[in-house]
Amino acid sequence: MRAVAVCLTVLLGLAGALTLVRILRGPSVLDRVIATDVLLAIIVAAVAADAAYHRDATALPVLVVLSVLGFVGSVSVARFSTGAAPPSATPSPASAAEPDR
Amino acid sequence: MTAVLDVLAAVALVSGGLLCLAAGIALVRFPDLLSRMHATAKPQVLGLLLVLIGCGLRLRTAVDITTLVLVGAFALVTAPVAAHMAGRAAYRTGQVRRDLLVTDELADHPPDAP
Repeated sequence: MRAVAVCLTVLLGLAGALTLVRILRGPSVLDRVIATDVLLAIIVAAVAADAAYHRDATALPVLVVLSVLGFVGSVSVARFSTGAAPPSATPSPASAAEPDR
Repeated sequence: MTAVLDVLAAVALVSGGLLCLAAGIALVRFPDLLSRMHATAKPQVLGLLLVLIGCGLRLRTAVDITTLVLVGAFALVTAPVAAHMAGRAAYRTGQVRRDLLVTDELADHPPDAP
């Protein structure tokens, strides 16, 4: 089981580092939201793998909380992010006053 | 029996880790938002389920498996909603690279200005 733990540490660490690269480079808010979702999935996988390695279920409620928080965070950011407006779109008061999206 | 369950758990855990790594590589290498979203669904659903299955095979108590099933069910319910919200926001704000789209079924029905 120790070899599996080392293997998982390398895999999840590499995945987290690559995800952090995307979070840093962007370029848009939505890219960062997607990458943050993946980072959260990697963290959940790491906590679950740790619980599996030690046969210790103390951290399992953390997984529930993490999944709830990740969902709420990504949906609210995606809901309110307008990002960079396309160059052809001319902002009009009507569309600005009607946030029905 | 215990050894078999441990081996199965190890296989599931490593498979989940590989899916996470695949998503990390795809996040760096893929060209635009929608293709990255395609790759990121893998650890969020299949990878997470594999890791949870591996964790359940190691813990083997009813309470822990119930918690893991709860986490898995929640991931299955919420991942499509979050991906839909992100994809819709990306499409409506024009952050989708249209030259990479094979077909765009929303092209005839342009969304309102963002």
